[in-house]
Amino acid sequence: MATAEASPKMKKVQVRRYKPDENAETNYLNVESGIWSWLSTKDHKRIGIMYLISLAIFFMAGGILALGIRIELWTPAATFIEADTYNQLFTLHGAIMIFLFLVPSVPTVLGNFFLPMQIGAKDVAFPRLNLASYYLYAAGATLMLWAIISGGVDTGWTFYTPYSTSTGGAVTWMVMGIFVIGFSSILTGLNFIVTIHKMRAPGITWSKLSLFCWSLYATSIIQILATPVLAITLALVAMERILGIGIFDPALGGDPVLFQHFFWFYSHPAVYIMIVPGFGIVSEIVTTFSKKTIFGYWAIAMSSLAIAFIGFLVWGHHMFVSGQASLASMVFSFLSFMVGIPTGIKMFNWLATMYKGSISLKTPMLYILSFFFLFTVGGLTGIALATIAIDVHLHDTYYVVAHFHFVMVGGMVTAFLAGMHYWWPKMSGKMYNEMLGKISCLFVFVGFNVTFLPQFVMGAQGMPRRYFNYIDQFQSFHQVSTIGAMILGVGFLMVFYNLIHSIYKGKKAPPNPWGSRGLEWQVASPAPPHNFEHTPVIVHGPYDYHKPMADFQLGLAETNGHDPAYGAEIEADKKLKIEDQ
Amino acid sequence: MANQTSSHPAHLEHHFVDSEQQFDSAKFGMWIFLGTEVLFFGGLFAAYIIYRAWFPELYTLASEELNTLWGGVNTLVLIGSSLTVAMAIKSAQLNQKKNIAINLGITIALACVFMLIKYFEYTHKFHLGIYPGEFYTFEGIAHPKANIFFSIYYLMTGLHGIHVIIGIGLMIWLLRRSLRGDFDSEYYTPVEITGLYWHLVDIIWIFLFPLFYLID
Repeated sequence: MATAEASPKMKKVQVRRYKPDENAETNYLNVESGIWSWLSTKDHKRIGIMYLISLAIFFMAGGILALGIRIELWTPAATFIEADTYNQLFTLHGAIMIFLFLVPSVPTVLGNFFLPMQIGAKDVAFPRLNLASYYLYAAGATLMLWAIISGGVDTGWTFYTPYSTSTGGAVTWMVMGIFVIGFSSILTGLNFIVTIHKMRAPGITWSKLSLFCWSLYATSIIQILATPVLAITLALVAMERILGIGIFDPALGGDPVLFQHFFWFYSHPAVYIMIVPGFGIVSEIVTTFSKKTIFGYWAIAMSSLAIAFIGFLVWGHHMFVSGQASLASMVFSFLSFMVGIPTGIKMFNWLATMYKGSISLKTPMLYILSFFFLFTVGGLTGIALATIAIDVHLHDTYYVVAHFHFVMVGGMVTAFLAGMHYWWPKMSGKMYNEMLGKISCLFVFVGFNVTFLPQFVMGAQGMPRRYFNYIDQFQSFHQVSTIGAMILGVGFLMVFYNLIHSIYKGKKAPPNPWGSRGLEWQVASPAPPHNFEHTPVIVHGPYDYHKPMADFQLGLAETNGHDPAYGAEIEADKKLKIEDQ
Repeated sequence: MANQTSSHPAHLEHHFVDSEQQFDSAKFGMWIFLGTEVLFFGGLFAAYIIYRAWFPELYTLASEELNTLWGGVNTLVLIGSSLTVAMAIKSAQLNQKKNIAINLGITIALACVFMLIKYFEYTHKFHLGIYPGEFYTFEGIAHPKANIFFSIYYLMTGLHGIHVIIGIGLMIWLLRRSLRGDFDSEYYTPVEITGLYWHLVDIIWIFLFPLFYLID
């Protein structure tokens, strides 16, 4: 038994070591059974799994649409579909991937599952609200599917007015679906902020919070501040179509550029909603597989907040050619360059973490290495696009498409896949096949580059985005890109196969297969129903790989975690000092 | 070790350590939600500001069509309801269970009065042909963009009205629970956070009233 002691005015508490149970009988998956136990669950882990299944379905749907687009572009003229159908394909690909996959992805799946575990809590602050968020997501997705069935949408995922207010189809249903999903996103962000503030276990000070939690914290701030503006903007588009209110419609005296301001005020921060949680995953995995303390903890934590803050001030860089004042464009251009600073800080800190580390090239780490390459390309081309003079040439070309996909797929999806492999043992209790994991990573990396590198070239040569026909000189680029998309698709299918196969045939996972110091790894795999049967007590930071593992498995003695008399006396912000263990 | 049963009140959910943590979390969550509400309305306020900067004369002209007297009465009604909801919270803190229900009842009544006055204001305008957007047919305002002013007016007061209706629904639920005796000085979290929400609804109106009614 060990004694943790705080400053003199604090009471001494008894702690003891709780070794994770290697052969736990009950876990969150088998504690209840039946479909209703899932649909009515308030367990953050089960909600995370429900999101995972939904997101996987939408990711597949969006991916199939993407393949449809790429196949259509095999020839300069019509290949197998009509131009109108093509417009719908790229609209749905964008809308599904952004609103149904990328925005919710990391927070709702990995965040829901691991944020409470990493702060030693039994659940998020508002479990019922968490379930409600899932149903809002499901309701919004249903509305969007209804929009697809009842007429389709051909506006592009950006819904620019006046086209979106005058075209036919089911734009109204589509924007209402996204409106509802927006509230799901807001409530998830709200839940996470309160959870991080109020639910941390004794000893988890702000400087011992995992960087994944920090990144989710930054993301949640963007979610709660930006998403309401998108909601009201899309509500205005719907009103414009229903009532003809005329705010965005020049025919009625309105201003379409106002829509662009409103839209990008959300949608630029939204790309940080998508990528910042990915940064959190990278921080976790880099330290775990380098067996080394993170380099520059505070720099990484604060750079997430800096990105969240600057991200609100750069929306005008989407509007350099929309008739924005040139002074405004210059300011927006400058502020957009500023985003490169915190992002660069992160990259260099991760590389410094790996320096002289004991690096083990398991699948999650391979994904992270490909993240480093792809995200750097995506980030640097973003700097190019933020330069006004270059942007005037590159605006609305395939260069933008390639940049965006390098950040979103090369950055965010790669980080998400890394996180899925990293945490899969804790989620499923099974180990995936390491060799197949590495091969699929290779397919994803090669397929991705073959798809999108040619798009930089043809974009720079003037191939506009979203075009159905193109001149012959671009055909070879398009064909290479299409072949790359096939390889990428095969890579994703291998990931699906590997993970699903492991559920049935995989080896049983030990509680901590990677030797991580993270709190979520100090319990059984799959996770127990209430995460911790004890109240965890934290004495070291989550990346202190130079400290013995036993120090990370401490919890209050003589209590089952339900005893407020003890919990109340140890405040989370007080320092605890361990004497002996 | 403290007595488990006495330290585990019925309202305490299993994942919280104690009532205080649960209360703080709920209150903090509500404050964040109010922040999102401010931004939600913020989009409309931005639209208001932009069009007012472009067409200042339109706003002063069109504002004359709005009835300042009834708008003023509504302002007093809402401020009064904010007072009574605050009194409901105070009653809960003082453990005066009967007064919680009485104050909630008055708040609901005042909110309904607000909606009733709003209803008469709207129907009067519809009668004149002042509809939102492209359905606008009124010819009493000599300005080509009068329809946009009223679009913004209907959107902002309409969205505010929806919030009032949601508030009425929440307080009817609170009233039922308080009549059942759910709330006392130990546990009154739902009353407190609904009160916070209601103050926000009130504050938004306090901005809407001068911005629409008092600028002529």
